[in-house]
Amino acid sequence: MTQTTLDNSVGIVSPQRAHFPEALYLESGEALDGFELIYETYGELCADGSNAVLVCHALSGNHHAAGFHSENDTKPGWWDTVIGPGKPIDTNRFFVVCPNNIGGCDGSTGPNSLCEATGEPWGSHFPQVTVADWVETQKRLAEHLDIQHWAAVIGGSLGGMQALEWSVRYPDWVSHCVAIAAAPGLTAQNIAFNEIARQAIFSDPEWHDGNYLKVASNPAQGMALARMVGHLTYMSADKMTDRFGRELRQGSFDPQDDEEPVFQVESYLRYQGSQFVSRFDANTYVLMTRALDRFDLSARGQGGLIEALKDASAEFLIISFSSDWRFAPSRSQEMANALMSAEKRVTYSDIESDAGHDAFLLDDANYLALFSAWMGRVAA
Amino acid sequence: MQRGDIDTIVSWVPEGGKVLDLGCGDGELLHQLQNEKRVEGLGVDIDPANIIAAVSRGLCVVQQDMEDGLQNFAGSRFDAVIIAYSLQVLERPHAVLERIVNIGNEAIVTFPNFGHWRSRLSLLLSGRMPKTKALPYSWFDTPNIHFCTVADFEALCKDLNIVVVERRMSSHAGLLAQLWPNLFAKSASYRITRR
Repeated sequence: MTQTTLDNSVGIVSPQRAHFPEALYLESGEALDGFELIYETYGELCADGSNAVLVCHALSGNHHAAGFHSENDTKPGWWDTVIGPGKPIDTNRFFVVCPNNIGGCDGSTGPNSLCEATGEPWGSHFPQVTVADWVETQKRLAEHLDIQHWAAVIGGSLGGMQALEWSVRYPDWVSHCVAIAAAPGLTAQNIAFNEIARQAIFSDPEWHDGNYLKVASNPAQGMALARMVGHLTYMSADKMTDRFGRELRQGSFDPQDDEEPVFQVESYLRYQGSQFVSRFDANTYVLMTRALDRFDLSARGQGGLIEALKDASAEFLIISFSSDWRFAPSRSQEMANALMSAEKRVTYSDIESDAGHDAFLLDDANYLALFSAWMGRVAA
Repeated sequence: MQRGDIDTIVSWVPEGGKVLDLGCGDGELLHQLQNEKRVEGLGVDIDPANIIAAVSRGLCVVQQDMEDGLQNFAGSRFDAVIIAYSLQVLERPHAVLERIVNIGNEAIVTFPNFGHWRSRLSLLLSGRMPKTKALPYSWFDTPNIHFCTVADFEALCKDLNIVVVERRMSSHAGLLAQLWPNLFAKSASYRITRR
């Protein structure tokens, strides 16, 4: 962390915890006897509580969305490009809340937590959670923080799905909804990629039916492979050509050379895989991808997406990125069309970018300018 | 105001109506309509800088192609659909006209009149495609690919079974433009609807 990184940063932040002793009834029909959320907040809640903004994280995200955890921290939170003083989600104006969702592996109740009934980690017995379940837990967190209304609910990818779910599940709670690089539901191709990732994990001998903690093991190979597949789909072909081309990281094609040739892109994917293993949990990955697969906004009510949106009262911002093929612009356009047909106030922009799905996390001038400009209408 | 169509558009748009502005640019017109006519406006533009400018004015905009994007409004209904000074940039203006009278109770279309005497005289005397202060492009490098005259537009409306509810001509020539619009109107504004 340097002085320059601290400019426009929320600075050093500490996570907080909240315990919710009341049972949580899940969409699956199962229940949790209470749960815990770890979360971070940035900015100040104003006296009338009108400036609260909820940020929902994506598949591999967590509660640490902005700022640094210590002086020695080299990497800021996952959405530091967007959250901070003077940034699109301006912490001089807004009180930002970002929890780690249940089922996660960063401190909220999840597969690694102890199950009270058995005294052992939940492992693969942790109940399947859904986007709607997360919304319920986020609402409890809001009430815990004395928040009765969100000035905006904002998220990218799976986080965008939570924002959309909020807008229809608790319309009175949400006056502005931002869904970036998201979709009203996954396509078959998208579900297929998640299934390949899960099968990679299941096929690792260290998986032990998801109860690897009991035998002090970890399906690291499977996880790394799952992440490699996932990561690949978050990038665009053009960007990969630009970044790696056919360059070798080591070795050569010279038969005299003892060292095997390794392409830059191979080395990069292996690195991404191994990094992920060190910070993420396999059961959480399985749970989160299934929550993604199962989300289907159009299944709400009988009349498809337009009907599903009829109760929403928020104003919407929908953003996609031109080179994102995992959450293609056409899906955001579909969302925008349905919102227009449902007579909701909506702004939609497809940002020209070669960064693929990951673009929503990155610094892109048009993206951030549009996001900032739109946030200007959110009362704080 | 060089164009002279803005006041006409503002006067025609129904108070509190739901308005679609195709090719909304930086949102100036829609913003004015929101302030003066309390409309519920939606803008369409393709240019990112325009989108950001329009959003900064507090407007709702969707970034898409004016023509291909029209299918996205299949389920929508507007009190007025506006094409202000961008008819000439469309690839298939006739298809767009047919479409907008279907999604709007009425459509408001304004365009520069290429039949204006200056354009005619310029072509006659210099033998070169006319350039004006408002439309300074060279023929080979211009967004304006489908210029038309007042007479052309009305003939097309007739062919498409589109009714002209009202028209207004603007020009420095005042009365002459009302009497002989095709020759004297600098710009033309039309309220049209489906028969």
